[in-house]
Amino acid sequence: MVKEANVVYPSLVDEDANELRHYYYQMLLLRRFEERTGEMYVKAKIGGYCHLNLGEEATIVGLMAALKAEDYIFTNYRDHGYVLARGTPPGPIMAELFGKETGVSGGRGGSMHLFDAERHFMGGYAIVGGQVPLAVGAAYALRYQEKSGVVVAQMGDATTNIGAFYESLNLAKLWKCPVLFFIVNNGYGMGTSVAMGSSEPDLWKKGASFRIHGEQIDGTDVLAVRDACRRLRDYAEREADPVILDMVSFRFRGHSVIDSDRYRNPEFVRKGRQEHDPVRNFATLLHEHAIIDDAWLKATADQVEQEIQQAIDFANASSDPKIEDLYQFMYATEVANTPGPEDALAAVKINRGEV
Amino acid sequence: MPIITYRQALNDTLGEELKRDPNVLLMGEEIGVFQGSYRITEGLLQEYGPKRVVDTPIAEEGFVGVAIGAAMLGLRPVVEIMTINFILVAIDQVVNHASKIHYMFGGQVRVPLVIRTPSGGTGQLGATHSQSFENWFAYCPGLKVVAPATPYDAKGLLRAAIRDDDPVMFIESLALYDTKGDVPEDDDFVVPIGVAEVKRTGTDVTVISYSRMTAVAMQVAQRMANEGISVEVVDLRSLRPLDRPTIIASVKKTNRAVVIAEDWYSYGVTAEIAATIQEEAFDYLDAPVQRVAGIETPLPYAKDLSAASKPSAHSLIYAIRKVME
Ligand SMILES: Cc1ncc(C[n+]2csc(CCOP(=O)(O)OP(=O)(O)O)c2C)c(N)n1
Ligand SMILES: [Mg+2]
Repeated sequence: MVKEANVVYPSLVDEDANELRHYYYQMLLLRRFEERTGEMYVKAKIGGYCHLNLGEEATIVGLMAALKAEDYIFTNYRDHGYVLARGTPPGPIMAELFGKETGVSGGRGGSMHLFDAERHFMGGYAIVGGQVPLAVGAAYALRYQEKSGVVVAQMGDATTNIGAFYESLNLAKLWKCPVLFFIVNNGYGMGTSVAMGSSEPDLWKKGASFRIHGEQIDGTDVLAVRDACRRLRDYAEREADPVILDMVSFRFRGHSVIDSDRYRNPEFVRKGRQEHDPVRNFATLLHEHAIIDDAWLKATADQVEQEIQQAIDFANASSDPKIEDLYQFMYATEVANTPGPEDALAAVKINRGEV
Repeated sequence: MPIITYRQALNDTLGEELKRDPNVLLMGEEIGVFQGSYRITEGLLQEYGPKRVVDTPIAEEGFVGVAIGAAMLGLRPVVEIMTINFILVAIDQVVNHASKIHYMFGGQVRVPLVIRTPSGGTGQLGATHSQSFENWFAYCPGLKVVAPATPYDAKGLLRAAIRDDDPVMFIESLALYDTKGDVPEDDDFVVPIGVAEVKRTGTDVTVISYSRMTAVAMQVAQRMANEGISVEVVDLRSLRPLDRPTIIASVKKTNRAVVIAEDWYSYGVTAEIAATIQEEAFDYLDAPVQRVAGIETPLPYAKDLSAASKPSAHSLIYAIRKVME
């Protein structure tokens, strides 16, 4: 499925075996986290809109392996895996999906609006394209403050059709902002294929008229992703220049957990999942190179299962945000004539019929 | 009259208007192959083909502008915006262009455009996917804004909007799509734009609302009747033009008014209605007008907070009791 920059690994001799095992562990963690999240949605533990990263594990883990602590990340609403792979513990992420006080956004954001300031994860955004100029702005601030680091503007393939994307490309180039425009090309925006929605289906070329370098990468190959991200990250930082990465992968399920995916041929989906499964393919590769064996795989699977179960238990045991804290985060600083805890209690009582 | 859902009423009307007028076309994200995010356009691509049912990329500012330009040359586009939250990236085209073109160019060209979109939100849709912005458009002279509460009005107003020569914002509600009601079969049945309806007559208090909140008001009115309070329900149906005479006539009769809407309290629809009542029926009021609206925060995701932030039957009952004191 990938036409350019497709790296083949004849040997893994230059690789650190422990690091490779860690990538596998992380990808499995993402895979199982998302599968269990889907189950929790069906059990009505999670509400609203919920989008899974299934099929995108290598894209996410490879990116995170290349980033440095000083880098910043802005994503769309399909954000669970990014926070997980960046190192946020699964418990507070699951708690956010459950709408709990212990969640990464205090239960205020939900699945589409995760955040972890400490790890420079600057948010999942649910208005298509909204995060893209924000990421350019963050890179602008880094340059302004003469700090090192780059900013990732993650988005889906279909997001490259909205105006904010093009304005962002121009500004990033014009103002020398070190941005990785990171396109997660899972082939579809909801039911719209790349070819249906984009007059230039080679998304990595979309920077051409802005003089922005772009590459297409096999987003199901964690090492190809990591290497491309490392190289382009360092380039962007060194030259203060934006780049485009078109990460091609396969969307395993419907657009969101409530999308029945009826517009895709079931045979196409079955084959796609078979051929482009980043987790299984990487396990096979490591197996072939005798880096892992069945016992290790089993132990890793057990560990992942346990970690996710603990996250679910943590979320279940956490409390809901308190009613009196309804207005808590309205403004960063105190201001006159703004409601507080007492007003929250009074208003909510009325809406619930408790007065 | 057959009983159908609000969704079916919209779907039928779109199909009938596509059949009636070759200049009518539908445009929007996921309306064709995907069959509509909320299945309002289900089956229409299959029946009318891709020339009439146009799937767009995610490019709201672009395709809303395209629809306006096409309308200037005589097409009659009916645009679907997946939810009203996403129209913000296209609001310049609606407010600075669609609403101005007929007036600003001295009436030389018309913009027969409909933009359909669901507003508001129930469940845990969260801060960016649950907002009510119809008042932003109702604020804007040159636009017409309608917001039906029943399948009957959905059909009649959508047909009126498509046949209208001005830009019409057609506001729907996710929570109403599965509600059912009588809908006439007559091919030329329309509900006039700019005309409210007394949906239930009463003598003690007038409740004024539109869209989903009218459905809530009707339920509450029934409940209050059991308690001996006679509630009259005025369903605005159109926010612009606003049918002030119907509101005022009702309040002059009942002498009490409660206004309920799903948007945020300050600067919202309820403020406009309350101001109208005090201007035109002050001497008839036995109590201050009560307003019921959304709690003013970005909608929190957490289940309980989310549910408690939106106006409800409970808050309406509270306001009715208060105005009856
Ligand atoms: C401005 C705007 N328009 C429409 C939507 C509804 N919407 C949410 S996700 C989506 C598809 C995005 O596809 P893509 O960018 O490929 O990302 P993916 O979901 O595949 O990760 C659409 C149309 C939205 N959230 N915001
Ligand atoms: Mg996509």
